[in-house]
Amino acid sequence: MKKSLWALIPLVLFLALVVLLYNGLGRDTEELPSTLVGQPVPAFSLPSLIGEDRMLGPKLFEDRWSLLNIWATWCPTCYVEHPYLLQLARQGVAIVGVNYKDNDEKARTYLAELGNPYTEVIVDKRGTLGMDLGVYGAPETYLINPQGHIVLRHTGEVNERAWQQKFLPLIKGEGVQ
Amino acid sequence: MIRLLLALCLLLPLAAAAVIDVYEFDSVEQEARFRSLTQELRCPKCQNQSIADSDADIAADMRARTAEMIRDGASDRDVVEFFRARYGDFVSYRPPFAVNTLLLWLGPVVVVLIGGGLVGRQLRRASQAPLDDDDMQPDERQRENEQ
Repeated sequence: MKKSLWALIPLVLFLALVVLLYNGLGRDTEELPSTLVGQPVPAFSLPSLIGEDRMLGPKLFEDRWSLLNIWATWCPTCYVEHPYLLQLARQGVAIVGVNYKDNDEKARTYLAELGNPYTEVIVDKRGTLGMDLGVYGAPETYLINPQGHIVLRHTGEVNERAWQQKFLPLIKGEGVQ
Repeated sequence: MIRLLLALCLLLPLAAAAVIDVYEFDSVEQEARFRSLTQELRCPKCQNQSIADSDADIAADMRARTAEMIRDGASDRDVVEFFRARYGDFVSYRPPFAVNTLLLWLGPVVVVLIGGGLVGRQLRRASQAPLDDDDMQPDERQRENEQ
């Protein structure tokens, strides 16, 4: 009896390994957990792309749900998600753009030609706000609650599916829109 | 002609060096720290490359920030903590000892203990087993009888 129990050990170890590896299957290793979820938007003071000589800060994100969208004219996926951002803006979603390591003139042309979904655009030429947010590419989109805390970080394109599955449940979950 | 080509070949390293970004440091020690830190920090974009190896834009930014912090007198720990606060544990090739990394740190020890235990048990069993003449092969017994 004792002997047969010992003989089961390799099987148990094998099954444990199967469970462990099965969990890892299909996981997107590109997606990193954000350390900032639950934290307030980091402090910054950066100029606005649209207004003249205006400095913007984290106050932008107070008193309403908003999206912070990292974009640039050099980022191909930003062109892909742009129409969907325009659609969200038409639905009344407040989107604050962060023009990440870009050229101001090119960025203004981009918005003039393709439309502007943003309520405000922060110019982050050196990528300092990006680094404080843990941005490692564009586009990235953050959901920020009315208290100015980051609730979600989404890397890559924002589309209907991501909006329905990741963003909306969080907004509805807290009962405010 | 060949001489000219060889001479041109000698210039190649110069072109290569021109691509690598250059940081100025106050001391050799600071530069050595910069080298070891950029080897130890992992690029979040092109995973499995250190920020020293990676060509990604973000890696260049991180190198620049590392250099800046070292020049400003930050300790190695400060630099790693700065990036860890922003990019998570992922960013360091030296994972911290925490609940979610217990398996990583203790797994090998557990495996060695289990393996060692099994080997020890086997050895003990083998040494305790009485030497039985019946185990001998027939030809061995024959030889013994002949002596």
